[in-house]
Amino acid sequence: MARVAKRPPNVPQSEFRSTQRLLSELVAHLRESRTQLREEWARRITEAKLLTAMSNEEIFAEATSVYDNYVEALETGTFEALQAYARNLSERIIPRGVETHEVIGIVLLLRDVLARSLFAKYQADFSLLNRILDAYEPAANRIAITVAVGFVQERERVIREQQEAIRVLSTPVLQVRERLLILPIIGVIDPQRARQLTEQLLRGIRTNRAKVVVIDITGVPVMDENVANHLVQTVEAARLLGATVIITGLSPEIAQTLVTIGVDLGKMNTVGDLQGGIEEAERALGYKVVDISESVAPA
Amino acid sequence: MEVPILKQGAYLIASVQSALSDADLVQLRDAVVERVGKLRSRGVIIDVTALDVMDSFATRTLRDIAHMIRLRGADTVIVGIQPEVAFALVQLGLKLEGVATALDLEEGIAYLDRKAKTQAKETRSRGR
Repeated sequence: MARVAKRPPNVPQSEFRSTQRLLSELVAHLRESRTQLREEWARRITEAKLLTAMSNEEIFAEATSVYDNYVEALETGTFEALQAYARNLSERIIPRGVETHEVIGIVLLLRDVLARSLFAKYQADFSLLNRILDAYEPAANRIAITVAVGFVQERERVIREQQEAIRVLSTPVLQVRERLLILPIIGVIDPQRARQLTEQLLRGIRTNRAKVVVIDITGVPVMDENVANHLVQTVEAARLLGATVIITGLSPEIAQTLVTIGVDLGKMNTVGDLQGGIEEAERALGYKVVDISESVAPA
Repeated sequence: MEVPILKQGAYLIASVQSALSDADLVQLRDAVVERVGKLRSRGVIIDVTALDVMDSFATRTLRDIAHMIRLRGADTVIVGIQPEVAFALVQLGLKLEGVATALDLEEGIAYLDRKAKTQAKETRSRGR
């Protein structure tokens, strides 16, 4: 099925038509030789040790789709379908561990395979070969760029998603008793994480109707002035929602930082470790821990 | 927009329904203080759940209400501050210092009940 290509605005009509004729001839040839060129390409991919994460059957299946999309892009001169295909393909192969250089590599290999077949076919007429290549090369380059960019964009999207997931995971708000929440923080807190922490905490207080929150920072190695201030603000904001905050696990370094900054320690309720913090929280909530083995009456 | 003030036993409950202008806030302050005196209420709950925004005038007025009511021998508790509002308030450094806060109406009433109980105990022990 022949598709009609759109003439770019800066190309004169006559030149466009002759380029189109050449491209049509080129596309017809590529479609005719589809089977052997595709096999040649798959062979070259394996030879170059690319796509090692995929089996031969998978490579062949994808090669077929890529080939057909490639030829269609050459024919129509439009690249949206190819772009969509490239992103779809990237979405599938990125989790398999396929790298950027592999994707660019296989597209360039296809370009070479098709170019070679053009050399073979038109070797008798050098000037025709040149005109065919004039039509082929810009389109082929555009295709390589489209596929590579599509792949990279997809990778970036995945990385952003993963970063967000890590961010959310690293500040869980946990309910350990009625009205008692624990917020264990691990790792370095940057201003963005600190802000996210506060938002999650405040929402957690409201959702769980918490009256006491224990923020454990045993896993936080260092804290700068900004973050320390943010911690103080978190405590104050929690109070506005009717909850008391107990901070546990301050390292000597962080304690030093807080004193140096001049944080109003009267505002901060701190306890040495998490166990102590939970015990104090339970007392504040009116819980009492009783050893039940002793209270069981003898039979 | 006048804020409805309801009597619940010994307490007054002022339920803010929508954004309050400066004039509305002043009106609220005067109405609450007057009502506390007239009805001899022991406590006031101001429910700001409906407020998406609280500026410096609002926080100052709420603080004033709490202080004025304290002078009349009653306690105030602000309930229903939204997480986003709480966050904005502390970031802007608008303190509601010296004003009791609670999560919601239920907690607010529980707070006033506790306060009343402790005060009754103190009065009794002083009287002996």
